[in-house]
Order: sequence, then C-alpha cells, then structure tokens
Amino acid sequence: MKSYTTRAVAFVASAAMLALTACSAGSSTSGGSSTGADQSLSLGLVAEPASLDFTTTDGAAIPQVLLGNVYESLVKQDESGKIVPSLAKSWTVSPDRKTYTFDLVDNAKFTNDKPFTAADAVFSINRVKSAWTTSLKSAMDVVAGAKALSPTQLQVTLTKPSNGWLFRMTTRIGAMFSETGVSALATAPIGTGPYKFSKWNRGDSIVLQRNDGYWGTKPQFQQITLKYFKDPTALNNALLTGTINVITTVQAPEALSQFTGNEKYQVIEGTTNGEVLLSFNNSKPVFRDLRTRQAIRQAIDHKALLDTCFAGRGKLIGSMVPPTDPWYEDLTSVAPYDVAKAKSLLQASGAAGATLRLRLPTLPYAISCGQVVKSQLEQVGLKVQIDQQEFPAAWLTTVFKSADYDMSIIAHVEPRDLGAVFSPTYYTRYNDPELQQYLAAADAGDEAAQLDNMKKAGRRLSEQAAGDWLFLLPNLIVADKNLTGLPQNAITENFDLSRLARS
Amino acid sequence: MLVFGFMAVLPGDPARVALGVNASDEAVAELRRQFGLDRPLPTQYVDWLGGLLRGDLGTSYVSKAAIGPQVFDRLQVTLLLVVAGMLIALVLAVPAGTVMAARHRRLSGVALSALSQVGVAVPAFLAGILLIMVFAVKLGWLPANGWTPPAVDPVQFLRQLVLPALSLGLVQGAVLTRYVRSAVLDVLREDYLRTARAKGLRPFPALWRHGLRNAAVPVVTVLGLQLATLLIGAVVVERVFVIPGLGSLLLDGVSQRDLILVQDVVMVLVVAVLLVNFLVDLLYVALDPRLRTGSR
Repeated sequence: MKSYTTRAVAFVASAAMLALTACSAGSSTSGGSSTGADQSLSLGLVAEPASLDFTTTDGAAIPQVLLGNVYESLVKQDESGKIVPSLAKSWTVSPDRKTYTFDLVDNAKFTNDKPFTAADAVFSINRVKSAWTTSLKSAMDVVAGAKALSPTQLQVTLTKPSNGWLFRMTTRIGAMFSETGVSALATAPIGTGPYKFSKWNRGDSIVLQRNDGYWGTKPQFQQITLKYFKDPTALNNALLTGTINVITTVQAPEALSQFTGNEKYQVIEGTTNGEVLLSFNNSKPVFRDLRTRQAIRQAIDHKALLDTCFAGRGKLIGSMVPPTDPWYEDLTSVAPYDVAKAKSLLQASGAAGATLRLRLPTLPYAISCGQVVKSQLEQVGLKVQIDQQEFPAAWLTTVFKSADYDMSIIAHVEPRDLGAVFSPTYYTRYNDPELQQYLAAADAGDEAAQLDNMKKAGRRLSEQAAGDWLFLLPNLIVADKNLTGLPQNAITENFDLSRLARS
Repeated sequence: MLVFGFMAVLPGDPARVALGVNASDEAVAELRRQFGLDRPLPTQYVDWLGGLLRGDLGTSYVSKAAIGPQVFDRLQVTLLLVVAGMLIALVLAVPAGTVMAARHRRLSGVALSALSQVGVAVPAFLAGILLIMVFAVKLGWLPANGWTPPAVDPVQFLRQLVLPALSLGLVQGAVLTRYVRSAVLDVLREDYLRTARAKGLRPFPALWRHGLRNAAVPVVTVLGLQLATLLIGAVVVERVFVIPGLGSLLLDGVSQRDLILVQDVVMVLVVAVLLVNFLVDLLYVALDPRLRTGSR
C-alpha cells in the first residue's frame, strides 16, 4: 500500500510539473496589459498576415496593418480618393510630366532614431526594383531614376508620363524604409509612422505602440491590438462580449441584426474598391461571341442576387469602377435584367444549351453567389457546373495561373485595378486593343485627359461585357458607440489607426 | 511520408501563395528555388528528416521564421487545453459512471445513463458553440474566446480556459462515463466483491477498497485512446475559441501549403500520441501488480 501511495504522489507531482512548465504556454501570446482601457484599443480583423514583409509576400493583410500606421509614404490618399501630402509636404510636376520634385518634411524620423531624409526616399524607391519580389514592384518600372537634391528635396524622373505612378506611390510600393532598418522586415518593421511595431503573437494578434517621437499629430491610443479571427461568429462574439472594440470587416452581413438594434454599437456602411466579378475566360470559344457575354449579364437579376448572397448590403455597379474613383459613372443600365432578351441573344450566338464550368474559390460570398448565378443562368437555358477550389492555394493554381475555367467569382480589391484585371495576360484573358488605347492615353495625359479616357475605358468594359460585376463589397464596420475616426469608405490598402479616438 | 506525398500532390504552390495573385512566373520560380522546392521530392524529404534528427524543425515557407519555437509554444497551449479537458472528463466520468453502475436498475442510474448517451452524440465544436451562446453572449459570465498565458494573467487564463476545456471535457466525459459504468458493472459481478460484502462491508466502501482499482485497468486503456481523440478535437475547438494552439497552426499550414510546417506539426502529434500510449502502459503496471510479477 505504501508503494502505491508514493507512486500516486509521484504521479501528482509530475502532473504539477507539467502544469508548471506549461505556464509559459503561448507566452508569445498577448495578455492583459498594464495599459488602461481608455488608453488601449482592440480591433478584430479577418486575415492574419503570413509575414510582416510586404516587399516579398503578397496579400492585403500586411499593408492593412503596417501602411500609414508603421510605414508612411511620400503621398497618401484621403477618404475621397484625392492624393494628399504625407512625408512630402508638396510636389511639382515638370511640363513634360516626366519629372516630379518632392519637398519633404524635415522633422520625421524612423523608430530606429535615424532621421528621414531624401536619401532614404531614394533608397526606398531603388529598393523596389532591386529587392522586392512581389508583382506589385512593376509599378516602379516607369521610374528612370531618383536622386536627392538636398536632404529635404527629392527628384524622381520617369521614362514616360504616368498618372498611375504617383497614385501607386500612395500604396505599399511608396512606403519609405530606413537604409539601416530593412534587415528584419519580416519580423521587425521600422518606419516613420504614428505607431511602432511592438509584438506579433502568431495565430493571435499584432500589437502596436504609439510612436511618441512621431513628427505629426500624435494618436490618442497608447496601444492598439489587432486580433485575428478566422471564424466570423467568433469575431461577432468577441465584440458582443467586449474582447474587442471594433469589427473592421463584417464577414457575414446577415448577422448584422444583432448589432443594428443595440445602442452600445454603431454600424458604419460605406463603399470599398472590392468589385465582386463574375469573370469570363475570354480565351474560351464560347465567350468570343459578344452576344453570349451580354446574355449572361442580362440573365442575372443583380438586385435579387445581392439580397440573397450578401443580405442586400453592398452597391450595384455596372463596370470595374467603384464610386470613389473620379471617373465613376453609374453603368448599371448598360445590361438590365431581361430574361427574354438573354434567351434570344443566346439563340443568336448559338450558345443556348452550352455547359459552362463555374469554378469557385472556397470563400463564403463566392459560394453563395455562385448558387444564385447558376440558378439564374439555367433559367435562360445554359447549363452550369459548379466546382469548388480551395482558396487560396488550389484556386490560384487552377483558375488564376492555368486559366483552366469558364467562369469564376472573386472580389478584386486592389485600387484602380481595371487595367490590370482586363489584360490578355491576366486570368480573364481579355484582349481588347481599344481598351488598351484608352488606358495608355489616361496614364500619359493631364487630369482632364485621364478623367475622359478612364470613363471611356469603364464604359467599354461594360458594353463589351468583359465580365459581369455582381456588386461592390460594402465597407461594413461595427464598433463601440463612442469611438470616432473610423473610415466611412475603405478605399486604401491600410486601416488608418491614427485618427481613432473616444469621444 | 504519407503526409509529404499528399501535400506534394495537392494542387497549390507555396511560392505562388506567398507571392500572390499578380506574381510573374519568373518570381515564382525564383522563390521555389530559394525554398528548395525545385529539387526532387525524395531529396526534400531526406533533407527534412535529416534536420529533424538534428533537432531542427526547419524554416516556414510562408513566414520565413524558424518552426521549432513556434511549434513548441503552440504545443504547450494545446497540451494545457487537452489536460484540462481530460481532467474535467475524469472528474465527471468516474463518479457518474460508478453511480450509474451501482444503481443500474434504479431510475437515477438510468437517467444518468440517458444523459451520457446525449453527451456522446454531441460533437465538441457544437458543445463549444452552445456554451459560448449561453455563458458568454447571453449571461456574459465568461469571455467568448481568446487566450492568455497563465504566466501573464492567471485569472484571465482560467476564465478563458473554462469554456473550451468544458466543451472538450463534457463530450469526452460522456464517452468515458459509459466505459467506467461497464467496467464497474463487471467488477461488481466478481467473486471477490461478493466476498468483501460477505465480510460485512457496505456496498460503496467495498467498491472503493476492492473494486475501483480493478475497474481502472480497462478505463485507462480507453483514456489513452481518448487522449488521441482529444488532440484531434482540440484542433476544432481551438478554431471555435480562437486559441493559438497546434490545431490552428496546422490548419493555417495546410491552407498556405506550408509543407514543412505541416510535416512538423503532424510529427509532433504522432510523437504525442506514442508518448501517451507509453504512459498508459506504465500506468497499467502501476495499477495492476499482476503485470509486474513476471519481471521480479
């Protein structure tokens, strides 16, 4: 009996040891902080970055956190889409539109205590060409050279006039790095922004601390925690139980009702750059006939589709242009819902009865919209076969890379991506010389020429039925009632944390 | 080896996932070269195995961080969760199973039996969702999700541990109860227990002194098997409760085609299950002296 007792004691002791060693479990995970509740804020986000280095890893999740908050660019976009000063106080463009001269702020410094100068800007611009590996680096191809005229004056020369270049400088491509601060971009980013990177608890959250040496207006919150949720219900529950203060992107709009009637919360609804596209593989013979493409657009009741698969939230658009772009026009009337017209167009093109493969990424909105598209297209006599491709890995390989599909559904969320999406080399395989002409003229011309040609490009896409724009994703935010500074429209790559405050 | 093979045939390329939708073919090829993905599969496998033997779990394709510390950290989280779940299951199952067996002809025993049957039928994630709805969202007693390391804030740690551990423990407890019940029933029919009763011991003390240890042997076997199930159950429960454990790491690894990471996590899980089985064997020896006599 005695030996049994000692063994039992030993067992309990070893269990206690296990518990003790496990005390640091998840120690790279955030916990309660000593910072007071009014000094700190928690935001719930959906996609966690795979790395913190957006120079070598793609994905919207990295700039969402870092751009504008940790890194700053020379110029940025305000909420109406206008390009406004940031690290550059002002800039001038030469008459031939090929030379940009930027006057930089003189009091900005990086969180490694090095001052920001024109030399850092030259370094950052050149580094895009030399060290970046993501495809976005091509936005810098038009740059012939950058040089520092003085510590606060930068001159950039382009090989040809390009409106697109200055706009891209507002995105992550334009982020300013310190020459001595790029050794560990994936884990320790260093920038000039209002917040500095503090801690990344993989699988859980990213913590940012206020940069008390910030050159501009200092933000209100001392500490901001960005928590990641894969499951939309868990995200909603976290707000309902006070674990977080903001849901930055509502994933399941049908669940909004639990917040709309509640006086503790505010719901913000605006627009984004996310066009949900029913894409056609324009290299397939069946889509070469304009009438077939038009028939598909007219066979879809977009209002009913939006109500069914996104709870009626979002905006109907008739082309690849969101309302926040200066050249937006309402083109929803180009292809009105008309079953009889769609049927006769299909008869005329000879595509009636054709079977189309709709290969959907495994994203909730794509799956539910896909079902509606299938049933509506079958009403006009097309056969639709749905199959699901795991997103991102499988979808990227089969649909995106190999263009092994007839139709797909995905939201294109990059800003001003009309030209990139409808090009012969992209998965849409859309080859239209007239469209390319408009785009080239818009990029090279002055403001008026840009506006005029981009309008023509948007209209051309719609009239040619290069794809079907199901709807524009809404910017849906739910937050504590007394929180201010949340963006009405989400049109930039970043979620601006600097203006958040409690009223 | 199987996992390696499956991950290799799955459509999807870690380099393309890392570089994103607009990546050029040259950039993808370059990254594949950096990752060593352009080498023949057997070479990749042998390399990984060699690293493993040296205690090097390798570097993640996606985050470019060392995998070892990450897996170790996540493993502790999952272990805490599983151990807590197991404790709850035991605390529930042993008394309930014993009572059910002792009173198997009475109403209270039958009622408990029916209740455990319901528990067996409920999957852990559903239990989790129901618990969140009631205790977090409706009543607001406990946080709905999240994780705090015990060293940082023990109170918050326990508050956040309760619901996930319960959702694992209730279900496993229900299963375990059924086994405890049948084990105790078997023991109750044994001659030695009748002898003990005949000596004048009352039913429960007789069971306590002479029966439970004998009933424990089959229960420990099931316990070992259940720990493996709990590890799997934790993968799903971690997702529901947003807990940064091994399960969520595994799911992320698969979706990003992070081959090395997936290999490592699966290897750790396999080792954990083997270890549990070894411990179960040791426990047999501790519980049943007859298994020891041979060696003495």
